[in-house]
Amino acid sequence: MTLVETTAVEPAPAQKPQGYWAGVGARLVRDPLTMICAGVVLALILAAVFAPWLGLADPYKGSMIARLKPIGTTGHLLGTDEQGRDMFARLIYGGRLTLFIGLMPVVLAFFIGSALGIVAGFVGGLTNTIIMRTVDVFFAFPSVLLAIAISGALGAGIVNSLVSLTIVFIPPITRVAEAVTSGVRALDYIDAARATGASALTVIRVHVIGNVLSPIFVYATSLTSVCMILAAGLSFLGIGVRPPEPEWGLMLNTLRSAIYINPWLSALPGMMIFVTSLCLNLLSDGLRSAMNVRD
Amino acid sequence: MSATDVETYEPLPDTGGPAQPLLMVRNLRKYFPVRGGILGRTQAMVQAVDGVSFEVKKGETLGIVGESGCGKSTTAKLLIGLTPKDEGEIIFDGIDLGEGLSLKQLRKGVQMVFQDSYATLNPRMTIEASVAFGARVQGLDDPEGRARRLMERVGLDPNRFAHRYPHELSGGQRQRVNIARALAMSPRLVVLDEAVSALDKSVEAQVLNLLSDLRREFGLTYIFISHDLNVVRYISDRILVMYLGEVVEVAPVDSIWAEQAHPYTRSLFSAMPAMDPDHRTKEPPLSGDPPNPINPPSGCRFHTRCRFASEVCKTTPPRLAGLARNAQHLVACHLHDAASGHPKAGQEVAA
Repeated sequence: MTLVETTAVEPAPAQKPQGYWAGVGARLVRDPLTMICAGVVLALILAAVFAPWLGLADPYKGSMIARLKPIGTTGHLLGTDEQGRDMFARLIYGGRLTLFIGLMPVVLAFFIGSALGIVAGFVGGLTNTIIMRTVDVFFAFPSVLLAIAISGALGAGIVNSLVSLTIVFIPPITRVAEAVTSGVRALDYIDAARATGASALTVIRVHVIGNVLSPIFVYATSLTSVCMILAAGLSFLGIGVRPPEPEWGLMLNTLRSAIYINPWLSALPGMMIFVTSLCLNLLSDGLRSAMNVRD
Repeated sequence: MSATDVETYEPLPDTGGPAQPLLMVRNLRKYFPVRGGILGRTQAMVQAVDGVSFEVKKGETLGIVGESGCGKSTTAKLLIGLTPKDEGEIIFDGIDLGEGLSLKQLRKGVQMVFQDSYATLNPRMTIEASVAFGARVQGLDDPEGRARRLMERVGLDPNRFAHRYPHELSGGQRQRVNIARALAMSPRLVVLDEAVSALDKSVEAQVLNLLSDLRREFGLTYIFISHDLNVVRYISDRILVMYLGEVVEVAPVDSIWAEQAHPYTRSLFSAMPAMDPDHRTKEPPLSGDPPNPINPPSGCRFHTRCRFASEVCKTTPPRLAGLARNAQHLVACHLHDAASGHPKAGQEVAA
């Protein structure tokens, strides 16, 4: 507290100060790194969504004589892949599937896992035991194996990959949500809120969610890169996205054989995955500090 | 303060008349299970509160004292239903909790102020939102306006503090917020669980004076839990002493200050630091730790540490009864029960 604030003459604020989310927004805008990362992610998403209208080359049309052209070739800004398809177009188009398969399962798992974890952590007792032990069963399998098993059982296809990856990511998010919630549950302000006669649902909505969501959210964003890699693995095994669909993970796998001929080209899809997941991680860090009212 | 404050203070209507105690507690019992082993079976029971009975008259302040772990805070949490009771009756203004009175209604009538002023405020909520939350839950009109008026009443300028977060306030300011929050529900009884213990002495005095003023202004009744006997003496009308989950003595403050009937109370009072350096406490008033509440001593629970313990104390639990010369002064000790069979019963025992 500054000296000015403790004097009696301080005028009343002219208007009602900003709410919580407005404050979060204001702190985000003041954080250049987070804004840059948000810009990159947004640009990637927009480019992916509006790819057909960007005047790019056809990402499916190959050329046997123009294979593995290096970066900077005239007409092919980022060169061509092993079948002579334009890399730039494929990377932009690839963003559509990759971002969808990389983000969607985590988003779905975030909602389902948070709900399960918050209920388990808040209610406790038998409910907690049932939810958490069920989740533990999924932990017995390595996540790659689980994704392969579920996808294999459901058959190939984008929807099935989505389902299997969502199932893979629900258990870790549930576990984090449960741990954070049972920590918050033990705090006195939850007792104080219950002492007002509020229902459990109101207490969760008003007092629990705001205090548990940011760690769960940060953890979930860190899973998106893993999710993209897993999706790529499924595609590689033929139970995810199938060639010739452009997808970064799949492209990384198919260009693997060209690594001795044109290493920079082979690294491009990996670079895209790297940049995207780095930006998502930094964005989640920025969001976490913006959501913390104490700073 | 102005009349507007009192107008917006709408507690539950008085039902039993002035003679009806505001709160009666009968044989309140709470055992916490200790689970262990592979199957998580109950291995033992911690007898946190065992057969506690007392009553609080309208408008009085009952101080509850006792050493750590004696069940003071558990009793407080049982009173507002934060911990479900195992057994016993809680009768609020003549209406039995569970029959005529729902838990939600009880919580409108009884509010609590906790010890840790920081942990009891949601760190992501503004002060105004925290104070208004209870009133909103109970469906009272204009929760924000109510919150602002009460903040003003407890000495926090709403224009400066309403939109601040708990970490931006000092301990004393936060405890004022907690008091405002409790009062926002217009309770008739406020349970203050070590409410001033974490504050430094000057702030503590301010908050105690505030509590006294509020009691007069809003016609409140307090249950004041503390380990600080001087503070309890200052604010209370009657004092209740607990030991290992049981009530050992209840008496008006002057009466207990003049004479501590129970040997435990006497040790507790002699543990107070003396103000006069010539009258320092030289001997430890009581040796050893309190016995394990999982397996409390038989008979009188204090007999393992009591200087006057005899055979009867080991076998028969004493009953809480009025002293022969002052029926208001209740004590649970065989020394004061002529029919108990204690060799020194009925004699004046020097401390």
